[in-house]
Amino acid sequence: MQTENLIAIDEFCVKHDVELSFITSLKQTGLIEITTIEREWFIHTEQLKQLEKFIRLYYELDINLEGIETINHLLQRIETMQNELILLRNKLGIYE
Amino acid sequence: MNFVDYYKILGLTKSASAKDVKDAYRKLARKYHPDLNPNNEDAKTNFQQINEANEVLSDPDKRKKYDQYGKDWQHADEFEKQQQQQSQSSGSRSGGGFSGGQSAGDFSDFFESMFGGSRSGRGRQVKYRGEDYTTEIHLELIDAYKTHKQTLTVNGNNIRITIPAGVENGQIIKIAGHGGPGANGGPNGDLYITFSVANHPDIKRLGNNLYLTVDLDIYTAVLGGEITIDTLDGKVKLKVKPEIQNGTKVKLKGKGFPAYKNEGQFGDLQVTYSIKIPTNLTEKQKKLFEELRNSD
Repeated sequence: MQTENLIAIDEFCVKHDVELSFITSLKQTGLIEITTIEREWFIHTEQLKQLEKFIRLYYELDINLEGIETINHLLQRIETMQNELILLRNKLGIYE
Repeated sequence: MNFVDYYKILGLTKSASAKDVKDAYRKLARKYHPDLNPNNEDAKTNFQQINEANEVLSDPDKRKKYDQYGKDWQHADEFEKQQQQQSQSSGSRSGGGFSGGQSAGDFSDFFESMFGGSRSGRGRQVKYRGEDYTTEIHLELIDAYKTHKQTLTVNGNNIRITIPAGVENGQIIKIAGHGGPGANGGPNGDLYITFSVANHPDIKRLGNNLYLTVDLDIYTAVLGGEITIDTLDGKVKLKVKPEIQNGTKVKLKGKGFPAYKNEGQFGDLQVTYSIKIPTNLTEKQKKLFEELRNSD
């Protein structure tokens, strides 16, 4: 994996003013994936948007970890259903 | 510029305490936060309004100014001058403003004119990724058939993008880094483009396959022949077998829609024959049909 696509968790925590324990909790629940290189934790840039969303839910909306897990699951279902809706609408267009 | 009733937005009265403001805001923010309402423009607008209301009502100085000058906000500058003459810098900042990927530019003109558009954030200076922008591109089916370039104007900036052939109706593509600027040195947001591909009056599309109904006169249907049909790729000659039945389907392989980002791959075109019975027959034609009927 190319190191330029990774962000050090320590640095991320300082810049975003979040506790390392929160990141650890997200890792333990499987909400984010952490890459370990020489005992240092990194997160892939592709997950950055998702991680920032979890931070907003936790710190700004006071939603606990269990709530974030539930919301994340439901948002994934919404996304799947929205995609299905698009496909079905397009299919319906044939008969209109 | 219209007066904005921040109390009404949060469902509060003027006598609301700081805790009431916080509670009302938190409740509404959980309902309308963009992270919880993906692709919901109404929720985004509501969230911006309640965020702005909270920004003012949770800050004692701003709330005082708003309460005092609210409807006569044009006099706010005079108020500011008086404050400066008193040489008292308050230096206070409010807490509890939610980001939600929102930038200062999302505040109303009313807010900007009263408070200058600045806002507080959570804790100390935090690098935030810029807001994601969304836009929609409307295409005709024929436009989506070929790869082409198009210039978009998003928030005043022109962006030239290549739209690959085969883009689907409702498909969303991401243009990285073309969203709002990041806060405090954070990266730019992304631009999400939703494609709206219009239905063609004659040709229907499902995935990469196209469906076309072609009218066939009764003589060609009975005796066979050659017809020319209009496809998205131009005119195509088609041999019709004799004694073809109404509703017969013919598949033309590779004459369908191009596969998205799979150059050279195409779906199929399915042609359905719709046999048209002649009308306004002449006496001679009627007689000939009679002869046909009696020839069995």
